[in-house]
Amino acid sequence: MSILVIAEHDNAALKAATLNAVTAATQIGGDITVLVAGHDCGAVAQAAAQVGDVKKVLVADAPHYANQLAENVAALVVGLAGGYSHILAPATATGKNTLPRVAALLDVAQLSDVVKVESPDTFVRPIYAGNVLATVQSSDKVKVMTVRGTAFPAAAATGGSASVETVAPAADAGVSSFVGQQLTKSDRPELTAAKIIVSGGRGMGNGENFKLLEDVADKLGAAVGASRAAVDAGFVPNDYQVGQTGKVVAPSLYVAVGISGAIQHLAGMKDSKVIVAINKDEEAPIFQVADYGLVADLFAAVPEMSKELDKLKAAG
Amino acid sequence: MKILVAVKRVVDYNVKVRAKADGTGVETANVKMSMNPFDEIAVEEAVRLQEAGKAKEIVAVSLGVAACQDTIRTALAMGADRGVLVETDAELQPLAVAKLLKAVVEKENPDLVILGKQAIDDDFNQTGQMLAALLGWPQGTFASKVEVGAGAVNVTREIDGGLETVALKLPAVVTTDLRLNEPRFVKLPNIMKAKKKPLDVLKPADLGVDAAPRLVTLKVQEPPKRQAGIKVESVAALVDKLHKEAHVI
Ligand SMILES: Cc1cc2nc3c(=O)[nH]c(=O)nc-3n(C[C@H](O)[C@H](O)[C@H](O)COP(=O)(O)OP(=O)(O)OC[C@H]3O[C@@H](n4cnc5c(N)ncnc54)[C@H](O)[C@@H]3O)c2cc1C
Ligand SMILES: Nc1ncnc2c1ncn2[C@@H]1O[C@H](COP(=O)(O)O)[C@@H](O)[C@H]1O
Repeated sequence: MSILVIAEHDNAALKAATLNAVTAATQIGGDITVLVAGHDCGAVAQAAAQVGDVKKVLVADAPHYANQLAENVAALVVGLAGGYSHILAPATATGKNTLPRVAALLDVAQLSDVVKVESPDTFVRPIYAGNVLATVQSSDKVKVMTVRGTAFPAAAATGGSASVETVAPAADAGVSSFVGQQLTKSDRPELTAAKIIVSGGRGMGNGENFKLLEDVADKLGAAVGASRAAVDAGFVPNDYQVGQTGKVVAPSLYVAVGISGAIQHLAGMKDSKVIVAINKDEEAPIFQVADYGLVADLFAAVPEMSKELDKLKAAG
Repeated sequence: MKILVAVKRVVDYNVKVRAKADGTGVETANVKMSMNPFDEIAVEEAVRLQEAGKAKEIVAVSLGVAACQDTIRTALAMGADRGVLVETDAELQPLAVAKLLKAVVEKENPDLVILGKQAIDDDFNQTGQMLAALLGWPQGTFASKVEVGAGAVNVTREIDGGLETVALKLPAVVTTDLRLNEPRFVKLPNIMKAKKKPLDVLKPADLGVDAAPRLVTLKVQEPPKRQAGIKVESVAALVDKLHKEAHVI
């Protein structure tokens, strides 16, 4: 078997999600090739070549891959697909955008958000907001799938020595173009890579109040997340959303503040190692999944937590 | 401009779904069914484009059992003009839905097809991308803003790091994200009016499409339940436990 893993990157750096997908590929078994499609992305290809277990890196470098337009990247992948038994991508916004296009062009099904490899043709994936897990078998000649990062440990980023091969770009499909982007600026860790996450919900009241959470997050080296309600209300940007239809996270500590714990939110965080809930309603469903629950007004509890963390630090 | 909207009938988002005891599927008997929430957003966007004078006709399409007519009627009550049901009792997976929708698109010739980004039952997040691929059209997935211009549409997309805008030549496929709009509530008179709007019923065979599933579900089970922990009395106790007991800070 041979497996093609599509690298997640921003032309400058290889994103950690790629390493989780490589581990899923290792569990399937077979030679692993990583495809880096981008523009001026040589550093990414070099980084991919260092990843343990990777045998070969393919680089397609062209201006029309700079922004990962699905129309262009899918055409490239389809052109390279011959000979691979599996094509994997991380279940990120980019992977979810591109991979179904690849599958349809190959006339095969796609598995989304795979969380477990049972065998080279059988996989487990959550459905109904993770309320149930489906074990699914594919009889397609090529298995195309996105892989949920939280379900697979990261492969070693260094220690490998894959060969790097340049492949010819496919033509620009010419039907879509990149206009611009507004990326959320933050010095905090990325949500999906953070060890600790502090999330706020509708209970935060407004965007200004998120400063209370940011203060605690900074003392913990944590990322800040949110419920859909907090994003919809405009308190924080869309990329903060954790849940069934947002980001799926599994940090070692998840602190939910002013979040009720709807199924759709739980779908994105219930695999966290330790869950803390701070909510003034003792009946809130979030307490049913919390290891430590504090029934309190967040406007008192969060500033107090900040002070307690200072004390903890001072005590060394 | 003509817009086609795909609307799926799914288990309502408020229902806590359970696996059947024998592991063959989920309990759907006596469970409330609704239009997939992302598809309500899709219909709303189409109706707003029509209200803004950018769209002439809106066709709502659903694929599945006869009861999907209810879902189509909801779309008609929201403002769609016509409905098409591709009726089948067989299981439909995204590739099959995309192929059937492609056949409908070839009959209807819309300029824009709007779908939800994800059906909240199967959580696939594939059909729009697959349809775009099969048609050779561009795609604007996870849309939080759609601006229709002459022969083109700009779509602002929700991505992992924030927002991104792409320009697509028409015809194109758009899939909706949560922030695109807030769907209207349907009013009773509109529900009455919707009953009189045309709704055509086709069969997959009429469209010449092989809709057989490619994936076989071997079993369905509930994940292990997370045990509720303890309540702490104070913030100091919480921080102490996180440090000394859980060792996470
Ligand atoms: C198609 C679809 C997709 C969805 N996807 C997602 C998703 O990906 N992620 C997601 O999060 N949701 C998602 N949702 C929404 C979900 O159903 C809930 O509506 C949402 O999670 C609620 O957010 P919340 O807990 O912040 O708000 P609420 O449910 O309103 O809860 C607010 C909580 O704050 C508490 N509170 C208020 N004031 C204070 C205070 N001063 N101190 C302490 N506590 C306080 C209240 O007791 C309450 O429990 C989705 C819904 C649909 C239909
Ligand atoms: N059976 C169906 N009938 C109508 N639309 C569908 C159907 N299945 C999927 N769709 C559309 O495709 C979108 C994405 O579905 P999925 O790829 O299954 O997550 C949905 O939001 C609908 O717009």
